[in-house]
Amino acid sequence: MAAKRKTPVKTRNPDLIRGVGKYSRSKMYHKRGLWAIKAKNGGVFPRHDSKPKSPAAAEKPPKFYPAEDIKKPLLNKRKSRPTKLRASITPGTVLILLAGRFMGKRVVFLKQLTSGLLLVTGPFKINGVPLRRVNQSYVIATSTKVDISGVNVEKFDDKYFSKEDKKKLPEEKKEDQTAVDTVLIKSIEGVPDLKAYLGARFSLKSGMKPHELVF
Amino acid sequence: MYPFKRYVEIGRVALVNYGKDYGKLVVIVDVVDQNRALVDAPDMVRSQMNFKRLTLTDIKIDINRVPKKKTLIDPMEKACVKNKWENSSWGRKLIVQKRQASLNDFGRFKLMLAKIKKAGMVRQELAKLKKEIAA
Repeated sequence: MAAKRKTPVKTRNPDLIRGVGKYSRSKMYHKRGLWAIKAKNGGVFPRHDSKPKSPAAAEKPPKFYPAEDIKKPLLNKRKSRPTKLRASITPGTVLILLAGRFMGKRVVFLKQLTSGLLLVTGPFKINGVPLRRVNQSYVIATSTKVDISGVNVEKFDDKYFSKEDKKKLPEEKKEDQTAVDTVLIKSIEGVPDLKAYLGARFSLKSGMKPHELVF
Repeated sequence: MYPFKRYVEIGRVALVNYGKDYGKLVVIVDVVDQNRALVDAPDMVRSQMNFKRLTLTDIKIDINRVPKKKTLIDPMEKACVKNKWENSSWGRKLIVQKRQASLNDFGRFKLMLAKIKKAGMVRQELAKLKKEIAA
């Protein structure tokens, strides 16, 4: 195929009405520069004959034919990618966990892992939620954001959370937790009342209508 | 003494309590029949409304029956209808309600802290007064 253009051509022949172009065949011949291509090639259009085919290796007839025709599976061009992240969830968003051990806790979102789960931390000192993975569906995103610029979350991925020793938490993980949290806690303490907010659990009180609440 | 204080009259400002124009302040510009009024406001097209959709306020302005839009806006500005409304206790309550409804989760939390703090201060003062009386 000829080399692709860097910018797609906007049509040289705009439509007056659907089906009727502004320029005639002869005008378009001139506009496309076909006269120049012909001139460059000595008065004729350049021909690209297909290359002579090298003789294909002689195929041996197969030893075995299946009794019925085997069906080919349908083509599947789907690519696997992490779950689409809701627009309201950005790094630093305060999320409310809706299920599990930490139901109702308000927690800081760090990043989305390749499996699609959200990496989240309490911070641990504030509300007891460690670095943890959480599913996007079990979370309410609030509009409150924490400044997360000083935190390095590059090293955390899904493999980090596979448990080799189910009884004891390795020291390294405790250090990772404090490393992430100290930076976070400093930026949290910069906002008045935010620390107490993250330490408190969310609950529906009498008169609160979830469909009318602004989060 | 008299059972009614706010009357339907031309120039009475009313609050719309149902429908597309919910929450708007409108002026009664004419009465159509027993149930309906012709109603107008600077930011809406003049239209008829059932009285059931209106709640009368204390504010009244001085206009003739069915004034032109310009002749409506001038007395409204002079009487400062918007200001009077926003300073009245009813108007202030509505503004606070709207603001509280738009609070986000963090805002509601801070509101709760503020209420607790205020209640604590009130209780302290009350306790002091009680002690003085007991002494």
